[in-house]
Amino acid sequence: MREVAVLGIGQTRFGELWDRSFREIGIEAGFQALLDAKLSSSDLGALYLGCMASGSLIDQEHIAPLILDYAGLAGHHLPGIRAEGGGASGALALHEGWLAVASGAHDFVVVGGAEKLTDVPDTEANRILSGTADHEWEAVFGATLPALWAMVARRHAHEHGTRREELASVAVQAHAMGAKNPLAHYRNRLTLEQVLQASPVAEPLGMLDCAPLSDGAAAIVLGPMERARRFTDTPIRLSASQVACDTMALHHRRDMTTLDSTVVAAKRAFAQAKRVPADVRVAEIHDAYTISALVALEDLGFVPKGASGPAFARGDFAGGGKLTVNPSGGLKAQGRPPGAVGVVQAVEVVRQLRGDAGDRQVAGAEVGLAQDVGGTGATSVVHLFERVN
Amino acid sequence: MEAGIVSYGAYVPRYRITPEEIGRVWGADGVAMGQGLGVKRKSVPAPDEDTITISTEALRTALVRGRIDPQEIGALYVGSESHPYAVKPTATVVAQAVGATPNLTAADFEFACKAGTAAIQTCLGLVGAGMIRYGVAIGSDTSQGAPGDALEYSASAGGAAFIIGREKVLAKVLHTLSYTTDTPDFWRREGQRYPSHSGRFTGEPAYFRHVTECAHRIMERAGTTPREYAHVVFHQPNGKFPQRVGRQLGFTEEQMRLGLVTPSIGNTYSGAALIGLANVLDSAKPGDRILVVGYGSGAGSDAFDLEATEAIAGYDRSFGRPVQSYLDQGTEIPYAVYAKFRGKIHMGGS
Amino acid sequence: MSIARFWRETPQRYNLGGARCPRCHTVYFPPRSVCPACAQHRQTLGHLEPFQLSGEGSVVSYTVVHDAAEGFEMQVPYILAIVRTVEGPQLTGQVVDVDPNEVAIGMRVRATFRKLREEGKAGVIHYGYKFAPAEEPIRRAEPRGPEEAALVRAGPGTASA
Repeated sequence: MREVAVLGIGQTRFGELWDRSFREIGIEAGFQALLDAKLSSSDLGALYLGCMASGSLIDQEHIAPLILDYAGLAGHHLPGIRAEGGGASGALALHEGWLAVASGAHDFVVVGGAEKLTDVPDTEANRILSGTADHEWEAVFGATLPALWAMVARRHAHEHGTRREELASVAVQAHAMGAKNPLAHYRNRLTLEQVLQASPVAEPLGMLDCAPLSDGAAAIVLGPMERARRFTDTPIRLSASQVACDTMALHHRRDMTTLDSTVVAAKRAFAQAKRVPADVRVAEIHDAYTISALVALEDLGFVPKGASGPAFARGDFAGGGKLTVNPSGGLKAQGRPPGAVGVVQAVEVVRQLRGDAGDRQVAGAEVGLAQDVGGTGATSVVHLFERVN
Repeated sequence: MEAGIVSYGAYVPRYRITPEEIGRVWGADGVAMGQGLGVKRKSVPAPDEDTITISTEALRTALVRGRIDPQEIGALYVGSESHPYAVKPTATVVAQAVGATPNLTAADFEFACKAGTAAIQTCLGLVGAGMIRYGVAIGSDTSQGAPGDALEYSASAGGAAFIIGREKVLAKVLHTLSYTTDTPDFWRREGQRYPSHSGRFTGEPAYFRHVTECAHRIMERAGTTPREYAHVVFHQPNGKFPQRVGRQLGFTEEQMRLGLVTPSIGNTYSGAALIGLANVLDSAKPGDRILVVGYGSGAGSDAFDLEATEAIAGYDRSFGRPVQSYLDQGTEIPYAVYAKFRGKIHMGGS
Repeated sequence: MSIARFWRETPQRYNLGGARCPRCHTVYFPPRSVCPACAQHRQTLGHLEPFQLSGEGSVVSYTVVHDAAEGFEMQVPYILAIVRTVEGPQLTGQVVDVDPNEVAIGMRVRATFRKLREEGKAGVIHYGYKFAPAEEPIRRAEPRGPEEAALVRAGPGTASA
């Protein structure tokens, strides 16, 4: 397999993009990434596009050719392939792009991720999101995605003594980070009291424990490392790309408080990159719900099981420490267009490793990680990135 | 052995509302209304309960207590005036839910408040004729009175299931007899949400005449007098009618005590007399003679002359709840919650 | 939701009909085509046997849902739980007939039969299992004979394991 480099990145603003269509945001992110990579369209081998539910959200399936068409590339007759894995769709597309370049099947590919969650009413968006869990045996009985994650939180508290305030501290940190991200959906800071007093969604999770429903798109250009220097002085190596799946329903998991899919994907990724968790200075992780972030840090191997709550509450991951988590603001503050999440996580990590993150730059970041989750953990995707000196 | 009751189970939803609370909303003296009706509180089904779920819960209890293989059920009839579907049987859902399908006949009965007793008679016929091993008769309702109407103070929810067979009979049916006329005291036209009634006409020419005539005739056929019965159960649209008719017939308060459940849970319509009978069977001793006289508007009465057998002493009631617990317990809710639960709030839209 | 999609799961939704692997005796709910627990699981394909769950279990975790799933708006706040059945499988369902402040991890429950949702005022009504606090004491196992098998067929909320 060839070494794969990230040559270009792009993203739209995340948020409620009322006046922008799916195809508009998809193209904007893609062109940004192509321009960033200084790559000509004629060099492109394929498009991999991550999207959770365009059919349900905008009545449009078959979106990869749609984006290629409106990017002016219909005449190139490029292969366009959609990847779907619930909230991990974008990360799955990135995995497909990595496979294509690493294998030599293509030299240069664009990986995109896009979603329009605001084109349907909130209840409809939540219903569609619940379809990323097991519809027949969870959603049918009244389970929403936050309700399922709330049961993870309750069990985590039961087994590990995790406190409500520790959950809330995840949201407080996310918004503090988001405040520094001009493209974030939410740029307001939150106090612990605001999070604790927000209206309940599914106990113990409240409104401010949950990521918003957002629109947005992100894109990345990948190419072989041996040709990367022609395009950029700061090529970033995509040093590991791993996907792992688990039972569809939360109730069938070996351990409700552990995402085995994340544990396994992370182990494989660290082995692939010949790295250990302690090497990672910056991580973009799945924090669709505050509990998701706590579980992720444990399952990725950054802290022992049960230790993430106190660590988050202490501010261990808020910058200045060994590991900074979600400098973009994460799903919680930067926003949550599900199909774009996995790609924008990679975009932020690449920015950080390049040293281009402005006033949210994590100092000395050489190795970065992105973790994306579909549903309640039926799919996890872990990517590792490294600065090449 | 003759056909009789081989097992039974009752179910009453958890929620309760008082006449006082109902009266408070309509500017009426609810306390006086409750006293006039002899109803202290009435049961209210949760938003996820209906005649189908109540029937299923009652029948599951009966099946476990009687250790009866649901595949041996040859007929299943659900009597109700609140079948969730106008067209599509309650009985098929209940049969599927207890594992009785597909080798049985099933149908829904409707005869105002006596559809459940009519179902018992049908099962007695089928079992007696040897056509089936077990027949299930359920009386169950989630009745509604129009908001503010006198019926609203009593119309409630609950049901009981009786399994009729010839083996290990708990209560033999010595006689059964009906009295039926065309008497329009209470009705609900197709498509109407709430029933209508003819006020005081529901009393003398309707309830009292039918119950009294039916009771007289069955005792005449059985050659019995009121004092031979340990217990008597009447249909009980409120707490007062059955007591009055019982006294007129010559029964004592003690004979009527266990069979009278409406004061605590309201009028469960098709379930009323049957829940009363279940309460009697919860305490009946071998040899106890029991008289049941149901009533359904429209109008008719079904009477049963029962005798508890030795088997009732060994009947295992450890599964499910005794009727008394439904009479004693419950969670009271305010009218606003009741209105939401019962779909009385106009939600807009389609 | 299409009628056929719900209807074909009726034995499971109404009655907790599961499956058991004839090789390792692991019980599954909902039924599966192959046994994931068997090392040579491919050889179990098509051989899993119907197995009726009793409906008894205990709460592994729960939440009180305030922001309802579509179609559940009239029930808020409702309790949703993951229940471990006495036969082993875990499943998700509502817990009813208990106040939110009374539910707890470890609480014993039994399956009950309720409306899950309605397809509008004119559409079909979907029924299925929910859970209610178990009555104490729940009867424990009787000798397994034909009668016991019969009890088990009566479905959830009926027999002990």
